[in-house]
Amino acid sequence: MPPIKRTKFKLTPEQLLEMFYWLKLIRGFDERLSILVKQGKVRSGVYTGIGQEAIIVGTCYGLRQEDYICPLHRDLGSFLMKGVETRVMMAQMFAKETGLSKGRDSALHSGVSELGIFGNTSMLGANLPVAAGIAFTFKMEKTDNVVVAYFGEGASNTGDFHEALNFAGVHQLPVIFICENNQYAYSVPLEKSMAIDDVAIRAEGYGFDGVAINGNDVLAVYQATQGALARARGGEGPTLIECKTYRWHGHSEHDKAFYRTDEELAMWKSRDPIPTFTTYLRARHVLDDEKQKGIDARVAATIDEALEFAMSSPDPTAEDAVTDLYA
Amino acid sequence: MSKELTYLDAIREALAEEMRRDPKVFVLGEDVGPYGGAFGATQGLHEEFGDMRVVDTPISESLIIGVSIGAALRGYRPVAEMQFADFISCGFDQIVNQAATLRYRYGGRASVPIVVRAPSGGGVSGGLYHSQNPEAWFVHRPGLKVVAPSTAYDAKGLLKAAIRDDNPVVYFEHKFLYRRAKGPVPEGDDIVPIGVAATRREGNDATLITYGAMVTPSLEAADRLSKEGIEVEVIDLRSLMPFDKDAIFRSVEKTSRALVVHEDVKTLGIGAEISAVIMEERFDRLDAPVLRVTYPDTHAPFSHVLEAFNMPNADKIVDALRRLAAY
Repeated sequence: MPPIKRTKFKLTPEQLLEMFYWLKLIRGFDERLSILVKQGKVRSGVYTGIGQEAIIVGTCYGLRQEDYICPLHRDLGSFLMKGVETRVMMAQMFAKETGLSKGRDSALHSGVSELGIFGNTSMLGANLPVAAGIAFTFKMEKTDNVVVAYFGEGASNTGDFHEALNFAGVHQLPVIFICENNQYAYSVPLEKSMAIDDVAIRAEGYGFDGVAINGNDVLAVYQATQGALARARGGEGPTLIECKTYRWHGHSEHDKAFYRTDEELAMWKSRDPIPTFTTYLRARHVLDDEKQKGIDARVAATIDEALEFAMSSPDPTAEDAVTDLYA
Repeated sequence: MSKELTYLDAIREALAEEMRRDPKVFVLGEDVGPYGGAFGATQGLHEEFGDMRVVDTPISESLIIGVSIGAALRGYRPVAEMQFADFISCGFDQIVNQAATLRYRYGGRASVPIVVRAPSGGGVSGGLYHSQNPEAWFVHRPGLKVVAPSTAYDAKGLLKAAIRDDNPVVYFEHKFLYRRAKGPVPEGDDIVPIGVAATRREGNDATLITYGAMVTPSLEAADRLSKEGIEVEVIDLRSLMPFDKDAIFRSVEKTSRALVVHEDVKTLGIGAEISAVIMEERFDRLDAPVLRVTYPDTHAPFSHVLEAFNMPNADKIVDALRRLAAY
C-alpha cells in the first residue's frame, strides 16, 4: 500500500469547534434514537453509527453544496452536515409526513438532489455505481465537483463495489470511496469475509490509490479526505480511503451483538473519537469548560426541538401509500 | 417525409435524433462505441457524438444501470443498452430496487428518466441466454414503464417517447424484428405515446391481444380465419406497463371473446394479467374464457427443432382462435 499522502491543512479554532459540534450532534442524535427504539417510539430498524462519527465529520466537513455524497445506512450525520435539518431527519425516523420520504421508508433511503445527497436502498454497495454515474456527469461538465461515496468493508465484497471502482478507475472519475471498516458485516467478522487485512489494497486492482487510516481520528480522516479531494478536483481521479473503526452498537438496535467480546468492545470504546478530539482541542486551548457547556447545550436543544417537531408532525395521508410511483 | 426503414435503423435514427435534439441524452453500454453495438443499433453515434456521449462500458450491467441512475439524478437522460435482454438480470437490482423505487422513497421529489434498451426474443437459434423475453419481471415492479414495439414506426416513436419520459422505461426491442420488420418511418418527431395500443386489424368475432414479434403470426392467423368467415380484431399493445385497458375493453365488448398471444412463458406472463383484468372488469361481456397462446413454461433451447416446438406460431394461434370461436 502506498504511504498516506500528507496534505497540509489549516483549520481555525472556530472551524475546529464546528467539527466538535458535529461530532457531538451526530452522537447525540444516534444515542437519542437508540433510547427511542427501546421505548418503542421508533418502530423501524435503526442502524446507528455510534463510534464511527469521526469518519462522517472528517469527510463531510468543508464539502461544497455541489459536491455529492452517497451515504450508507449508518451515515445519518452526513445528511445533517450536507444541509438537511435535524428535525427533518428525526421526522423521517418517525415515518412522518414531514420526513424526507413522507413516511414511505425510514432511515436513509431518501435523498435530496438539491443538497447533493443520494439516498441508497438496503442493498449495500448499490450506491457505488450511482456514485460513479454522478461523478461521470461532473467529468462531462468539466466541473471540479466531487462525489464522496461510503460503504462498509462488508459491501466491498459485492459486485457493485468492484464494478463501480473499476469504472471510476478507467475514467479517472472525481470520486472518493470511503470505506467504514467497522470489522463486522452484521455478525460476520472481517477475516471470515475477505482474505486480506486492508480493504484499501482493493483500489490497486482498479488503478488508483487506497490508504488505510485511523477512522476514529477526525483530523486524520479530514486530512486524508482533503488530499483526495484535491486530487479529484484536479482531475487526478479517485481515491479509496479505508477508515478503521468500530460500531459500538449491534448491526441494528435489535441486534445484541453476541458475536463479539466485551473486551473487544471496551478496547474500541477507549478509542472513542470524541474524547480523543476533546483532549486535542483542550490541549490547544481551543476548547474550555464554558465552550464545551455551550456546545452541549446547543446539541441538546437541537435534538429536543427535532424530537418535538417529529412527534407533533402529522402521519402521512393513508392514500399516499400509492402515490409518487410515477412522475 | 417518410422513408422505408428497418426496425433496427428506426432505433438508431431515434437515438441519433434525440441526441441531436437534447444534449442531456447519452448512450452507454457494452460495445456501443466505435463498434456500433452488437446489433448495430448505435452505429455512427460515436463518430458524431464522441466518447463522453457514446460510452463503451466494461461488462458490468449493474454498473451500467447504476451510472444511468446517477446521471439521471443530475438531469441527464441516459439510454443504457443491455447487449441482450437475457443479461438484464445482472442489472436487475439497480432497476427494480434503485430506479423503480427512487421517486417513491424520495417523497416524490425526484425522478429517474432512464431508458434501458433490451434486445429480447427468440426465433434466432440463440439458445438459453440469447433468446429470453423477461418483460413480465419488470411489469411486475411498480415504478417502471415497459414497452415492446412491433413495427419500425413504433420502434422509433416509442423510443423517443421513452427518452422523453421522466420515469425509468425498459424498452424491449425484439431481435427477430431487427431486419425483418420494415416500414415507413417519418423523419423527425412522430412520438408514439406510452400506454396506447394500436389496432392492427379490425374484426367482430374475437379479440386477439399481443405485442412484439407475435404481431406478425397473429395477423397471419387472423387472415387465415377470415377466409372461413371468422373476423379477428388484433390489438398490438405496444406498451406493457401501463397497458391500454380501454382499447382491450372496447374490443372485448364488441367481440365477447379474447385470446392473448405472447412469446414469454405462460405462467404469470402478461397474458395472465390481461386475462384477469378482462375477467374482473368485463366478465358479463364474455361468451368464452380468455385463452392464451404462449411459450410453454420452459427455457429457450438452441436446436431449431426444440425452439420451433416452443414458439407460438400462426398454426397454434389459428387452433386457439377456432376453439375460442366455438364457445
